[in-house]
Amino acid sequence: MASSDTKSGLTDTRQAQADGNRQTAGLEAGLDALENVATARTPFSVTFRAKILPPLIATGVVLVIWQALITFNVVTDPTRLPSPGDVAAEFKDAWLKGKLLGYIWTSAERGLLGFLLALAIGTPLGLIVARVKFVRAAIGPVLSGLQSLPSVAWVPPAVLWLGLNNSMMYAVILLGAVPSIANGLVSGIDQVPPLFLRAGRTMGATGWKGAWHIVLPASLPGYLAGLKQGWAFSWRSLMAAEIIASSPDLGIGLGALLENGRNASSMPMIFEAIFLILFVGIAVDLLIFSPLERRVLRSRGLLVKS
Amino acid sequence: MATAIAKAERAESVDYAARIEHVSKSFAGPAGQQLVLDDITLDVAPGEFVTLLGASGCGKSTLLNLVAGLDDPSAGSIKTDGRPALMFQEHALFPWLTAGKNIELALKLGGVPKNERRGRADELLALVRLQGSYDKRVHELSGGMRQRVALARALAQESRLLLMDEPFAALDAITRDVLHDELTRIWAETGVSVLFVTHNVREAVRLAQRVVLLSSRPGRVAHEWTVDIPQPRRIEDAPVAELSIEITEQLRGEIRRHGQQ
Repeated sequence: MASSDTKSGLTDTRQAQADGNRQTAGLEAGLDALENVATARTPFSVTFRAKILPPLIATGVVLVIWQALITFNVVTDPTRLPSPGDVAAEFKDAWLKGKLLGYIWTSAERGLLGFLLALAIGTPLGLIVARVKFVRAAIGPVLSGLQSLPSVAWVPPAVLWLGLNNSMMYAVILLGAVPSIANGLVSGIDQVPPLFLRAGRTMGATGWKGAWHIVLPASLPGYLAGLKQGWAFSWRSLMAAEIIASSPDLGIGLGALLENGRNASSMPMIFEAIFLILFVGIAVDLLIFSPLERRVLRSRGLLVKS
Repeated sequence: MATAIAKAERAESVDYAARIEHVSKSFAGPAGQQLVLDDITLDVAPGEFVTLLGASGCGKSTLLNLVAGLDDPSAGSIKTDGRPALMFQEHALFPWLTAGKNIELALKLGGVPKNERRGRADELLALVRLQGSYDKRVHELSGGMRQRVALARALAQESRLLLMDEPFAALDAITRDVLHDELTRIWAETGVSVLFVTHNVREAVRLAQRVVLLSSRPGRVAHEWTVDIPQPRRIEDAPVAELSIEITEQLRGEIRRHGQQ
């Protein structure tokens, strides 16, 4: 089997080994260099043209069509379709009276606080449902079923239980958002590759250590998707609650503004409220969740550049 | 028979890295209990490099899982000198951590104090010739580089025994050759014992001091060869080829038996 002529001096073997090592090192450096892919961040001008310009153009087109409908007398009744100018005047009016930020803040504060509460409840709930078989069998289906229940359905019982106050708003937000957040975490945990769990176990990450170092970070993308949806549900639930349950004690949020517009038959005010609701929903998603999600996905190489 | 996986204390010296005694393993299959491993007895001496060779269905990965403590044998006992480290065919690096932090997590779980981790991770990266890749994300590394980081992470566990489950099977031939050289060098430098599973006969002969051939369904130790070709070997060397032909013939014989049944 072994060739006998290689049994020369020990120093020769050492020498050969050292030479071999040096050659391997060079070869390896070459391979690494060949396989190295240079990744650079896309310049802003490219991002601007690809991501920012198209929605701006789309918004512009909608405004032009809208104005055209008024200018060319396609819609003549201003109580049905106000002109962009009328709506802008409504905005300006609210701004000058110092009420605009108040409307936004009243609702945004409730929405965000409610969302944080939903986060604090939904996360441990999701963890338990994902990890405890009995709990999963018992309430898992209900939890995913609840997602298809429109949260506006919770408003009447919440009003009767809690009265017309902020607690009732938060209750509706929680009922809407907690299932989304919990479900997101459950599916995130379900999608953790078993290989990671095995690798973790051989390294001694079992029990809580395993949950903290392996399961939670591995399920982060699914969890974030759940949070994003949870925010959308929070915001929608809150608007439903604000429209239905308006009371002078509650202050005027965006839902109440919409309802006031309806009562005053003021189409510009209704448009103002709808735009603001849309604006806050999109802004929170764009400023908080999307960057967070992109960062997580990019750092894991999961974001495919298109 | 009761199973026992005794974990020897570091201080106490044992004359084995792994001792597998009369181990059998069966799984519940569609046709009742299916015997996967049948009465395997195998020792890995401290510092020894053993390859487990076999066709598919020989239960070599099952055996490795048992030694790693990820599963329990149905009968027999397995003793290892401390908890073994395990390396997979897929790199199994955590994508939410950088290359360096992957290694540091293994150090942290192994109880290495925080202020020593960075230095130790740098040393390990240097050992696999990836100095300067500490901050690289897993997806920024090539397949060969990922397996080297995985090797460094396995070594970070300071185990006396390194279990490798076809770790180079998914790599291209050029990279695999280089990693054979690297593994041989690192094995010699660290003195770690290696139990290496593969279905590649030449790879087995290129690396090991001892090649163990398992038969298939159920897996039994069919034959053993001591490889006394001096390192550094190359996969193209005539003695490696010669022994590979001999082992391949045996392996084919084992496979043929199944066609006749």
